[in-house]
Amino acid sequence: MPLVKDGKIAADLFVHVPEGAELPGDGAILVPAARFLEDPEALLKRAGKVGVIWPNNRDLDDLVPYLDRLAAVALVFPIFRDGRAYSQARLLRERHGYDGELRATGQVLRDQFVFMLRAGFDTFEVRKDSDAEAFASTAKRYSVFYQPTGDGRLTALHRRMQLRHSESAGQ
Amino acid sequence: MYAYDELDRTLINERVSEFRDQVKRRLSGELTEDEFKMLRLQNGVYLQLHAYMFRVAIPYGTLSSKQLRALARIARRYDRGYGHFTTRQNIQFNWIKLAELPDALADLAEVGIHAMQTSGNNMRNVTSDQWAGVAPGEVEDPRIWSEILRQHTTLHPEFSFLPRKFKIAITASEHDRAAIKIHDIGLRLLKNADGETGFEVLVGGGLGRTPFIGKTIKPFVHGRDILSYVEAILRVYNQYGRRDNIYKARIKILVHELGIEKFSREVEEEWKLMGDVGLTLDHSVVEEVRSRFSYPAYEKLPHMPDELKQAAHDPLFERWRKNSVFPHKVQGYSIVTLSLKPVGGPPGDATADQMDAVADLADKYSFGEIRVGHEQNLCLPHVAKRDLPLLWKALDRIGLATPNVNLVTDIIACPGLDYCSLANARSIPIAQELTRRFANHDTADLIGRLHINISGCINACGHHHVGHIGILGVEKNGEEFYQITIGGRADEGAQMGTLIGPAIPYAEVADVIEDIVEAYLALRDRPEELFVDTVKRLGVEPFKERVYATR
Repeated sequence: MPLVKDGKIAADLFVHVPEGAELPGDGAILVPAARFLEDPEALLKRAGKVGVIWPNNRDLDDLVPYLDRLAAVALVFPIFRDGRAYSQARLLRERHGYDGELRATGQVLRDQFVFMLRAGFDTFEVRKDSDAEAFASTAKRYSVFYQPTGDGRLTALHRRMQLRHSESAGQ
Repeated sequence: MYAYDELDRTLINERVSEFRDQVKRRLSGELTEDEFKMLRLQNGVYLQLHAYMFRVAIPYGTLSSKQLRALARIARRYDRGYGHFTTRQNIQFNWIKLAELPDALADLAEVGIHAMQTSGNNMRNVTSDQWAGVAPGEVEDPRIWSEILRQHTTLHPEFSFLPRKFKIAITASEHDRAAIKIHDIGLRLLKNADGETGFEVLVGGGLGRTPFIGKTIKPFVHGRDILSYVEAILRVYNQYGRRDNIYKARIKILVHELGIEKFSREVEEEWKLMGDVGLTLDHSVVEEVRSRFSYPAYEKLPHMPDELKQAAHDPLFERWRKNSVFPHKVQGYSIVTLSLKPVGGPPGDATADQMDAVADLADKYSFGEIRVGHEQNLCLPHVAKRDLPLLWKALDRIGLATPNVNLVTDIIACPGLDYCSLANARSIPIAQELTRRFANHDTADLIGRLHINISGCINACGHHHVGHIGILGVEKNGEEFYQITIGGRADEGAQMGTLIGPAIPYAEVADVIEDIVEAYLALRDRPEELFVDTVKRLGVEPFKERVYATR
C-alpha cells in the first residue's frame, strides 16, 4: 500500500505493530490505541518514534495528554463513508494543537484527499497506486473553499471581504 | 435573486471536472460500481428501476428564467422531455445516461446550478419558504441566511460523510411553508427584544419509518452565531450518531435516544469548546451576501387595477384567482402559484415546453423569477395585479392554471414503484385516479383545504405522515396495499396522522378516500371547518367506521 506524505509518495518509516505482536527493539512504530494505553510511559521511553492508531469510535480525551510526545497519530476510515475521523482530525489539529504527523488509514481513495487535507491530515495510506500517483493533481482540484478549517486556506467569504476592502480603499 | 460571483462559479466548475473524472474512472473500470456508488450519490445520481436518476438542487426554491430554460434544455437533450419537481426543492430527471451526465452538469454550471449533495449522507439542499422575500408579514428575507448556509454546507470537509443524510429548512413567516418541523434542523427566523436577527433552532424532526416532530434545542441563537451553532450540532451528530443500522442513523434517533435535554447539553458543551473558529458572521459579512441578492424594482401600482375589475366578470378567471393568487407584501402585486397537478397527471411533473413557457412568462410578468415549493408546484413571486388576466390566459394555454392549489387534488406524491427501486407500491397512478375522482372544481372547492400525501414506501418521500390524509404503500404477499392515516399536518402545528385501520388493496384506495371525504362533509360543523380540524375535533373513529363498516 503506497504512502503519501507531505504531498509525495514516500517510504513508510513506521512499522505497524499488530495487537499482541512483539515490539521491535528500535525504529518507528505505530501501535493500536489499546496497546498504547496499557503502558504509555514505557512505550514513550523506548528508542524510536511512537505513533498511535486511534479508532474512530473512541473519545480523544485519553490520547490528548500524550500528544506532544507522539510522532504520529493514525486515524481510521474503516469504510469510505464513515466520516468520524474527519471530526477527530480537526479536533486534534484545531482544538488540541497537535502538530505531528496525522495519518489517514483504512479505505482511503483519491476522492477524499481534499477533504482530508482540509481536516488536517498530512499523511495518507492510500489503497490504490493510481490514487497515490494522482495525489498532487487531485489535491489541487479545488481552489475555492466555503468553510474555514485549521488548514489556513482562505474561505470565499474572506476573499470577498478582502476584495471589498481593497475596492473601497482604492476609491 | 442571488448572483453567483467568480468564486461560486469556479467552485461548481471544479466540482463538474471532479465528477467528470469520477465517471471516466467508472466507465474505464478503474472504479467498481460499489466505489462509484458513494461518489455518484454525493452528486445526486441514483440508480433506479429503469435508469440513472439525476437530482438537481434548486437552493431555497429560487430559479431565474435563464436557469429554468437550462433545466428545460436538460430535459430535452439528455432526458425524455420532462422533469419532476420534488418535495425538497429539487428537480429530478429520470432517464439520464451515465456517460452524458458530466455534460449535463457542465450545462447547468453555466447558469449557476449544481447537483452537489442532492443525495448521499451529507448536508442536503437547504430549503426555505417559496414565498421568501415577498410574503406579507415576513420577519426578514430568509434567503440571505439560506444562501450563507448553502455555501457553508457545500463540500464541507468534516461533514460530507455523516451517519445519514441531513436536511436543513428555514422559515421567516408565522405560517410555516417550509415544513421546518420535519427536518433534521429547522430554523425559524425571528428578532429578539433588541431587534436583532436570530433563530429558534429545532432539531431531530424527520419522517421515514420512525417519524418525529423536531424539538426546540435553543429558543434563540443570534444570527452571528448560527453557523457555529449548526456546526456544533453536526459535530456531535457526526461522532455519536449511530452507524450500525441505517434505519437508526438519522439525528432524530440520536436526539430521541439521548433525550433533547442531554443532546442539547452535548451541543452546548461542544459549542463552548469551539470558541472563535472563524465562523462568526459579522454584520458586514451578512451584508456582503445580502448585497448580491437583487430585488425587483416594483412600480407604484393601485391595489385594484381596472384590468382586474373587468376580468372579475369572468367566473373562470375568478375561480382561478381566488384559488391560486396570494397577497404580496407590495401593493399592486401578487404571488401566483402554478399548479403542477393537472387532472390525470403525475404530481410535480413539468414538460420542457412548459418550463420554457413559464420562463418566458416569468420574464414578462415576474421580473424573471420563479419559485419552487415543497408542495411540488411552481410560483411566480412578483406579478403585477393588472397582469393577472393575461397571465391566467397564458397559463391556461400551457395547462398550468388548474385552480386546485391546496385542494384535494393538489396531491404530494413520491415517484413510487413506477420509477423508484425502494418503493413497495405505486404512488403516481393513485394520485392520478384521485385527481379524476375529484376533477369537479365545485366539489373540490366545497371540500376546501385538504392535503393528500402519498408515499410508495416507508421512506416517506411523499410525506404521508403529515398529510391531512396520508396514503402509504406497503407490500402484502406480493400485492400493493395502502395504509391510510388522517389528521397529519406539516406546517407550524406539525403532527403525525393517525392510522384509521387495516391496509386496503390498490383497487379500493380511491373509493376509501371518497368515503373519508364524504364523511367529513357530513361531519363538519360548518363549511369553514377544515378537514384536519374536523379530525382533530372528532378523532379518527367516525371516519374509521365509515370506511370499514361496509368492507
